Amino acid sequence: MEKAKTLFDVIGPIIIGPSSSHTAGAVRIGYLAGKIFGEKPDKVTFKLYNSFAKTGKGHGTDKGLLGGVLGYDVDNERIKKAYLDAEKLNIEYKFEYAEDYNKHPNAVDIILENKNIKRMEISGISVGAGEVAITKINGYKFNINGDYDTLVLIYKDKPGMIYRVTALLQGQNINIATMHCDRNAKGQEASMGICVDGQISDYIINELKKIDEVYLIRNVEVLKK
Amino acid sequence: MIKQKNFADILEDTKTKNKKLYEICQILESQDSEISVQEVRSKVKNILDAMKAAVKSGLKSKEKSQSGMCGDDCAKLLEMYKKGQSLFSELHKNVLTYSLATIEQNARMGKIAACPTAGSCGIVPSAIIAVAQELNADEEKEINALITAGLIGKIVSNKLALAGAVAGCQSECGVAAAMAAAAVTELYDGTNEQILESAALTLKNIMGLVCDPVAGLVEVPCVKRNAFLGIYALTGAELALAGIKSVIPIDEVVDAMKQVGEMMSPRLKESSEAGLATTPTGLKITEDLSQKWQEENSK
Repeated sequence: MEKAKTLFDVIGPIIIGPSSSHTAGAVRIGYLAGKIFGEKPDKVTFKLYNSFAKTGKGHGTDKGLLGGVLGYDVDNERIKKAYLDAEKLNIEYKFEYAEDYNKHPNAVDIILENKNIKRMEISGISVGAGEVAITKINGYKFNINGDYDTLVLIYKDKPGMIYRVTALLQGQNINIATMHCDRNAKGQEASMGICVDGQISDYIINELKKIDEVYLIRNVEVLKK
Repeated sequence: MIKQKNFADILEDTKTKNKKLYEICQILESQDSEISVQEVRSKVKNILDAMKAAVKSGLKSKEKSQSGMCGDDCAKLLEMYKKGQSLFSELHKNVLTYSLATIEQNARMGKIAACPTAGSCGIVPSAIIAVAQELNADEEKEINALITAGLIGKIVSNKLALAGAVAGCQSECGVAAAMAAAAVTELYDGTNEQILESAALTLKNIMGLVCDPVAGLVEVPCVKRNAFLGIYALTGAELALAGIKSVIPIDEVVDAMKQVGEMMSPRLKESSEAGLATTPTGLKITEDLSQKWQEENSK
């Protein structure tokens, strides 16, 4: 669905330049990846593809991605100093550049690591005008664009899981806007990305934690736009 | 309230309700976003403040962009003005330097307000801020002007994506210039008709403008283009305020732009595969930067 145009699509947003797709978009992808990882990473590796790889340096795509992981918004003037800020926080970072035309022109894979979570791989794309999508988490397909609060779950694939989660949301009178499910193989692991109207409460997160064999639960909050 | 899909509808609406374009626009925005008109205006003020801050920081800086291709042009103009040399009036000098100051901030990873895009962010602010200074207009009038600019961009974007990759630079710096012309006409108390004429006249004369950035960066020709089109927007306003009309009505001008954008080769739409980007000098810069960054990447 194409969103209705508002006045603030043409005047604003306020961003760190120079490019809405290659700078602001990069910040948002990094930001969402940081939220999905959910803890301070010890090490972050960014694999930039295609146009992100070719023109990224000139657009500050690298600094945008890293600044986003550090939790910066698109208008934070520290983005330019993201390398320095990451070093101060003892976060090791690395950028790799590649061509892969099976991927989107502005694509990035972000690998976040620390002692507790070990390793997560999150893929994102910048689709233009600062709009982005997280397309994969640990190999599972998602579509997280920051327009809604989004519940991210990875769990053991077994009957009744989707029902349990959606019933919990219904019980809290939360409307589901869109839903994305994926799995690696029957009976192994599966994923759910649920965008909701309104907010996902701590109560919901705590109830989800009580369900056996849910390996990852994240509430990725709507982006400030 | 009817949904305004084109300029003829909205002009009709201003007549039946006896309101200025910005008033119609802020009411519509308030209804669509379910916030009060005052909140709409306060959001516009935030953007205006960011625009003023970008001009202020930009005027003080000579810092080069990541590529080194730009960053000190505004300083060169200011240096010349300090010596009392210029072909221009105070107003024109301010438009030129404010526009350059803003777009250079963008190129050096400073904070800017996209208007309508990052690569065209200098044009609207330069016109509004410089003209408001010239007229001693208060902040409310500046907000009225910025909403007027926004209305132009919004209605154009109903038909035409405001992205160089889709419709060329006519849809970025070109539309920004039309937005700026409309804002200036509003600041000079032009009628609703004059405001739309100023936008139409401006759009007609940038039709077909290509997007051919050297090395794919928002610098060459974008930075200097912002300066040129800031001044150019004043021409649109000046003509409209004299009662000069576009023979082709604005809605038809936008349709024509859309058609031209579709006919334009993809090589001239932000892909850096033709035009300035593939001149011998453009290619050499691209090659040199690519080598420099590869070396940095492998470190």
